[in-house]
Amino acid sequence: MKKFLMASAAAALLAGAASAEEVKIGVILGFTGPIESLTPQMAAGAELAMKEVSDSGKLLGGTTVTPVRADSTCIDAGAATAAAERLVTSDGVKGIMGADCSGVTGAILSNVAVPNGVVMISPSATSPGLSTAEDNGLFFRTAPSDARQGEVMAEILLEQGVKSVALTYTNNDYGKGLADSFKSAYEAKGGKVTISAAHEDGKADYSAEVAALASAGGERLVVAGYVDQGGSGIVRAALDSGAFDTFHFPDGMISAKLEENFGSEIDGSTGQHPGTDSPGAAKFEELAGGAFDATSPFTPESYDAAALIMLAMQAAGSTDSQVYKKKVMEVANAPGEKIYPGELGKALDLLAAGKDIDYVGATAVELIGPGESAGNYREIVIKDGKVTTVKYR
Amino acid sequence: MDFLNALVALSNFVLIPAITYGSQLALGALGVTLIYGILRFSNFAHGDTMAFGTMVTILFTWWLQSMGWHLGPLPTALLALPLGILGCIALLLVTDRLVYRFYREQKAKPVILVIVSMGVMFIMNGLVRFIIGPDDQRFADGTRFLVTAREFKKATGLNEGLALKATQGITIVTAVVVVALLFWFLNRTRTGKSMRAYSDNEDLALLSGINPERVVMYTWMIVAALATIAGVLYGLDKSFKPFVYFQLLLPIFASAIVGGLGNPLGAIAGGFIIAFSEVTITYAWKKVLVYLMPEPLEPEGLVQLLSTDYKFAVSFVILLIVLLFRPTGIFKGKAV
Repeated sequence: MKKFLMASAAAALLAGAASAEEVKIGVILGFTGPIESLTPQMAAGAELAMKEVSDSGKLLGGTTVTPVRADSTCIDAGAATAAAERLVTSDGVKGIMGADCSGVTGAILSNVAVPNGVVMISPSATSPGLSTAEDNGLFFRTAPSDARQGEVMAEILLEQGVKSVALTYTNNDYGKGLADSFKSAYEAKGGKVTISAAHEDGKADYSAEVAALASAGGERLVVAGYVDQGGSGIVRAALDSGAFDTFHFPDGMISAKLEENFGSEIDGSTGQHPGTDSPGAAKFEELAGGAFDATSPFTPESYDAAALIMLAMQAAGSTDSQVYKKKVMEVANAPGEKIYPGELGKALDLLAAGKDIDYVGATAVELIGPGESAGNYREIVIKDGKVTTVKYR
Repeated sequence: MDFLNALVALSNFVLIPAITYGSQLALGALGVTLIYGILRFSNFAHGDTMAFGTMVTILFTWWLQSMGWHLGPLPTALLALPLGILGCIALLLVTDRLVYRFYREQKAKPVILVIVSMGVMFIMNGLVRFIIGPDDQRFADGTRFLVTAREFKKATGLNEGLALKATQGITIVTAVVVVALLFWFLNRTRTGKSMRAYSDNEDLALLSGINPERVVMYTWMIVAALATIAGVLYGLDKSFKPFVYFQLLLPIFASAIVGGLGNPLGAIAGGFIIAFSEVTITYAWKKVLVYLMPEPLEPEGLVQLLSTDYKFAVSFVILLIVLLFRPTGIFKGKAV
């Protein structure tokens, strides 16, 4: 009798503990640093998914999810590692939504996520180097690798009959990775890169860089930089000296700032950035309901990253990274019922019933190869000083 | 035709940018050289003095713009420039009174003054960032171009365009005027002569009744004017960012030392030598050579000696060579 009582008491305690369990998920983004204007929306997107799941009360029998924010700084690998270490060891997070920039993401992955065995899903790290990083199956990203962007870029340019270009990139992981992947894709398809030159951000004057680019020549100038930084400086110097009239811009350059800086001076220039016309994007915007800007770059990707972590936990029936890491690809890809933003509760029900789901989310997520988004791109052209959509590819 | 194309490409990408940059460096180096000649120390705070003067000018420019004052085709900053110079003079005179005068009375060694100027540099650095922030500021207005590349191509029918920005024109004209005024002042006026006398031989100058404090004061005022003008021209032509001005210290010192510290003529020559070396060594000569060479000799590669990343390295190397083989500089300044 005594034994039975103790056993039932223990069982009740356990059950109680299980139903009121709280899972923490880290949100590590560069809240200070070069992309500090993007990260509040990204974090809000991720936290929206967590709130949706907590409110539904369906994750692992009523577990609630609490976000814990940390600052990756975007550029300082040391600070990012320390922040992530804190998330894992002191806050005890069961998964990490982040980080944002490629350099710090690689640092956190190798210094914190892999040694501690924590799943990490980045919404915005695009460096091709991360595809081959040692990750024990713990690292995923809802943003496509720039290797893919390089190929899309090469296709767009060649379709327009541009056979030779000059190429300049911002001197960091993002710029170098994108420039290299573009160069190899473009040359493999028969294009010619006349020069591939780095530029440093934050300089006052880019006339020397542009002089070298102009001397090498090319039908168009490809600027793999940042619009708030040296990228705009290069374009300005090229226009001023008459070195190039049209440009090609990858994702770092396309924003409202580009229209504001140059207007119709760059008419006829082309570009592409991750984007999709899937119904998920519109549903996500509706779901955000004006609480934050749901179209801000990498914000939908952040929602998807957080959603994937929680859906994988449900599918595995565990919050242990070593168990649920195997389920991330399963819930993200076909077969199964398609899940859009706002339908996370339904997805949890289906998973609990042992059915398959295919998470589409806000960005038409399709994870390939080493766990990265296949990548959908919006091809744009500058017409009358405005960024206009040509098509999605 | 090919020859003309080569000439235009060369002017557009090498000659015009280098002459503009050279003028800006020369004005900066003149300030450094005057302080070295008369106050006898290397002023490391010079880059930040330029930033401070420019910042005051920018603030007044914004104020004038908000009042609706314009200079038509010329940038409003030229109107605000005298106010910026006054602000900079005030800063330098206050700094001299609070900091440098103490060490002058102690007859401190130049090396101590150099370290002191470094401290002043950090304070000014912080002051500028505190007031205007560390970001890029653009304050150029008025006409942007005297000649645009497209107009030039249309008018001449050449393949190559030539662009001359209004700010480049203003820089060159202003530099010529300022240098002429400076030399007239140093060679023809009583104060200028007393400054040169003080520079040549301090004791002899004191014996002949020159008031050293007055000489020091005039020096700071002239230096403030030169620094502000150099800073505003650089900011108009490129853009204003405190950190960039701090970095300008290296090419400016290189210019002053190459020309011979303490020698105004040397500072000007040094400015142009540094500017032309930076631009020509990092320029890719392919385009010009393709126009000039007969077909079989046309280069395949870029013919670029150093990548543009190494721009600052050029100043360093020139500085090293001069210090190793001719420490007094080309124009026989004082030995460092």
